[in-house]
Amino acid sequence: MLEAIDLECVRGERTLFSGLNFALRGGELMRVAGANGSGKTSLLRIVCGLLFPEQGSVRWRGENVRTLREEYGKELVYVGHSNAVKDDLTAAENVTVSCTLSGMEPDRDRVHEALHGIGLAGCEGLPARALSQGQRRRVALARLLLCGHAPLWVLDEPFAALDAQAIERVQALISAHVARGAAVVYTSHQEARLPATHTINLAGAASDR
Amino acid sequence: MLTALRCVIRRDLLLAMRRRSDVATALLFFVIVVSLFPLGVGPEPNLLREIAPGVIWVAALLASMLSLSRLFAADFADGTLEQMILSATPLGAIVAAKVVAHWLVSGLPLVLIAPVLALQFDLAQPLLPVLTVSLLLGTPVLSLIGAIGAALTLGVRGSGVLLSLLVLPLYVPVLIMGAGAVEAAAVGLDNAGHLLLLAAFLVGAAAFAPWAISAALRISME
Repeated sequence: MLEAIDLECVRGERTLFSGLNFALRGGELMRVAGANGSGKTSLLRIVCGLLFPEQGSVRWRGENVRTLREEYGKELVYVGHSNAVKDDLTAAENVTVSCTLSGMEPDRDRVHEALHGIGLAGCEGLPARALSQGQRRRVALARLLLCGHAPLWVLDEPFAALDAQAIERVQALISAHVARGAAVVYTSHQEARLPATHTINLAGAASDR
Repeated sequence: MLTALRCVIRRDLLLAMRRRSDVATALLFFVIVVSLFPLGVGPEPNLLREIAPGVIWVAALLASMLSLSRLFAADFADGTLEQMILSATPLGAIVAAKVVAHWLVSGLPLVLIAPVLALQFDLAQPLLPVLTVSLLLGTPVLSLIGAIGAALTLGVRGSGVLLSLLVLPLYVPVLIMGAGAVEAAAVGLDNAGHLLLLAAFLVGAAAFAPWAISAALRISME
């Protein structure tokens, strides 16, 4: 479903990676590994179509993601490096907004249920300003509980700032989503216990296992 | 799609409600700038009557500049803009919704308070509706054009000044037609032409600005 052909990424004067190829089918999980500054986030942004690769293209069901735009947006859930959480909105309002942008119409009960599921029971009405870093990350990730239908998840450091319990919860969510037949791409520094079908190590050449 | 647009407008209005000081700043700036002129040029009624439309319009331009740099900056900083670009709704529609919310918060109050300020200049009673209508047609154009500038200068250092240099020249036609409509009515001429041209600017800007804004935002995200 997701295909990257001969990707090259240049930031500033530095070539981060070149000649990167991979193909991901439904029900497969890809982990992008690499040191700080090796281009993990850039690769994920290219996969989403936010960043233009120096060379090559990313294809979704055979079409370039840059031309698909909102058609691609309907199928993609991207949780980026920044949480996209507004300080002045409550946790529930933040989740409602991000889900609506993803093309859903979540009602109040489902939003509360999702916040409950990610371990934020009792925080629904609190402004995000009052939440800790880990809790804000959970607000961003609560969308994963509501957007289960999206066939592609792209997660940038989903486990950053989370405690052990929350990491386990998110890992379970990812495994369940892959088992449902969706494709998931994620980056992580932690040696996660998720059985990845593909691993890309950006320190050097791409490897396919 | 309509749900998403309603949601974006509602969100931006909610954020403005929770940060009321930002809204009040632009409005107070408008009131103060307009009030400075009678103090500065003296209480000669004929002179004041003559300069009133121009002064109010220039102050409206400057006041609407004030809030522009915040239009996309916060969403850019916290990553919401990425989500908007990757949304299931076309980006052009989302930015149009954002501009509508921006106008409701920073343009509409100017329109409503302008007739009151015009009293300081002893503007004739029949001219007040003309002034209001010209601002009602003109300020949305200012928001739309300004949003293009805000999108282009996103993430640039010293973007506030750059934004003014970029956008103020583009405001000139709106200023000429807006102030001209009131001045024409003051000397008893037909001002329908001015107002129709302003309406045409509005239609043109509403049609093309969202497209330009979303293109500029995509570039800024790279």
